[in-house]
Amino acid sequence: MQKTTIALALLLIASSANSETIEERAATCFACHGEQGQSETENTPSLGGQQAPYALIQLFMFREKLRTFEPMNEVAKPMTDDDLRNFSDFIAKLPKPKPTADAPDPARMQRAQELTMKYHCNSCHHQDFSGGDNVPRIANQREDYLAKTLSEYKDNSRHGYDGTMADVMGPVTPEQIKDLAYFLARVH
Amino acid sequence: MVGHSLPRSIWLAGAFLGISTLVASAQQAAQPLPPGSALIGRPDSEAAQKLAPVAPPPLPAAPDKLPIAKLKVPAGFNIEVYAAGMANARSLAVGDKGTVFVGSRLVDKVYAIVNKDGKREVKVLASGLYRPNGVAFHNGTLYIAELSKISKIDNVESVLDNPPKPTVIYDDLPKDEAHGWKFIAVGPDNKLYVPVGQPGNNVLHDDAHGQIRRMNLDGTGAEVVALGVRNSVGFDWNPENKQMYFTDNGRDWMSEDVPQDELNRITKVGEDFGAPYCYQGDIPDPEFGWGHSCSEFTPPVGLMGPHAAALGFRFYTGGMFPKAYKNAIILARHGSWNRSKKFGGDVVVVKLDKEGKVKSIEPLITGFLDNNSYVGRPVDVLQLKDGSILVSDDWNGAVYRVSYGKSKVAAKQ
Ligand code: HEC
Ligand code: HEC
Repeated sequence: MQKTTIALALLLIASSANSETIEERAATCFACHGEQGQSETENTPSLGGQQAPYALIQLFMFREKLRTFEPMNEVAKPMTDDDLRNFSDFIAKLPKPKPTADAPDPARMQRAQELTMKYHCNSCHHQDFSGGDNVPRIANQREDYLAKTLSEYKDNSRHGYDGTMADVMGPVTPEQIKDLAYFLARVH
Repeated sequence: MVGHSLPRSIWLAGAFLGISTLVASAQQAAQPLPPGSALIGRPDSEAAQKLAPVAPPPLPAAPDKLPIAKLKVPAGFNIEVYAAGMANARSLAVGDKGTVFVGSRLVDKVYAIVNKDGKREVKVLASGLYRPNGVAFHNGTLYIAELSKISKIDNVESVLDNPPKPTVIYDDLPKDEAHGWKFIAVGPDNKLYVPVGQPGNNVLHDDAHGQIRRMNLDGTGAEVVALGVRNSVGFDWNPENKQMYFTDNGRDWMSEDVPQDELNRITKVGEDFGAPYCYQGDIPDPEFGWGHSCSEFTPPVGLMGPHAAALGFRFYTGGMFPKAYKNAIILARHGSWNRSKKFGGDVVVVKLDKEGKVKSIEPLITGFLDNNSYVGRPVDVLQLKDGSILVSDDWNGAVYRVSYGKSKVAAKQ
């Protein structure tokens, strides 16, 4: 991502604190997370249709530096508790992302689906991977972000709110992470 | 026995456990699964496929949003909000001067509830800590347990306005996230007790996990006092004979109704309580139980309910509650997630028989569980000097006080 975009985005945030509506303030978020939260930026998650309680937890964690990614820590720093709530409610109402538009490899999809059963992904994240409450929607998230964040749970560089995902990722191999990300980005 | 607080079917299931376990094992054996496979015990029904851990909101509830009106105590008892605004309030400890210390698990803070000029006030005592769940107070010093280290602040009640950074005394601990957060306490032997849980739901662990250790107050001389411990988040010592009791949470995904959480007692150093080979004293684990018998392990002194998350407790030694409560255990059950109909989410009074085994379990605070969802979740119990008790609630970031008799408001200490 270009430095200028980030600088511009941060500038916008700094100047937008009070007067604007949440829609107006969200323009800065969309600069990275895509129009209406449909991300076209490398390694940056789509936000559309995300579970509000999950989004609230993550914004809180960015603000308190419990989850570290510097641009997001900067974005969240000035947010009040009400800002956290308003942004997460807003995100949840944006349209959910669409599956990657290509012809999926059926063998790979099958293999990964079995993994989602083996590791209970489909229990906690629900069978359609839409999540619920503190458990995020992972269906049709960007493949690169999924692979990155799952690896980070595994090596403990992404600290979850609690230890759940670190526990889950213990036995999951790097190859399986690639398959899982491929599948989740394309699942219908 | 403890019938009234559990649906009858569970007790029946318990009675036939021997048989049902054999059947379960036979079914597992019929379709061989690779060792360590998480498929073992995997739920197939759609209902079970929606089970997931519930996480408390990261922001503490505003004082006027606390569920205090929903919380029920027996006749003669009162419950009130003692302090609020402490995100994810977990373990409790009290200082000689009445300061109450509160750990947290999902945020980075240890709080102090300070009584000053007749007013109660919440301060952040330490921040930037990693999962500082455990707090213990002894001879003026506060001990804090993070995920993989123990530290202390000496003369803590004299430095509340300008607390120094905690000094690390022990960090020879694994860094696993799963069951890595810690409850700690100082025993009657003046040693600090520190649990190290199993690094996963149900795993064959190495020598550094699945145990309770104790050490000198400067972190030296660590030794293992209990083995086969899956995840203990509460312990205390019986005031009558100084035996250590501890809760241990049973594994997930075996079934809705078993295994139950355990209340255990250590009678000699190095006892093995069974995990991951045997749960609740009589269920061989379907995966790891092969080649073992439950008779190899020390059984629990009582069962605390399926997936109930029995956490912190204290023996009641105060003078305020009726006589029947003397030396009874007051215990917080955080409540289940791995069960369709949630269980627990209450504070109970556990009475022991002459042999020190569980005789009865009765409710003390109910109402945290409302229509199968939580409006609050109790974590730890602490007795104050006046004989009233405090209970922490990590869902709302609050601490409640339970008193008996006329005095409805906490004495300003
Ligand atoms: C400079 C680019 C940038 C800007 C501006 C930005 N974000 Fe982000 N955001 C990211 C990236 C990249 C991540 C993923 C970080 C990681 O990999 O851990 C992220 C993560 C998040 C997450 C967590 C998503 C998840 O699935 O875990 C939320 C929620 C979020 N951002 C909301 C916002 C909101 C609301 C705004 C506007 C107020 C915003 N972001 C502005 C780049 C940005
Ligand atoms: C026991 C419940 C549970 C299981 C099983 C589980 N998850 Fe999760 N998952 C969670 C929770 C809770 C979170 C939020 C953690 C946090 O706070 O960071 C999460 C977060 C995630 C995220 C981060 C999403 C984002 O937007 O950043 C991904 C990706 C994910 N899980 C994928 C998986 C996959 C793949 C599996 C199976 C291999 C799986 N999960 C199994 C509960 C679970």
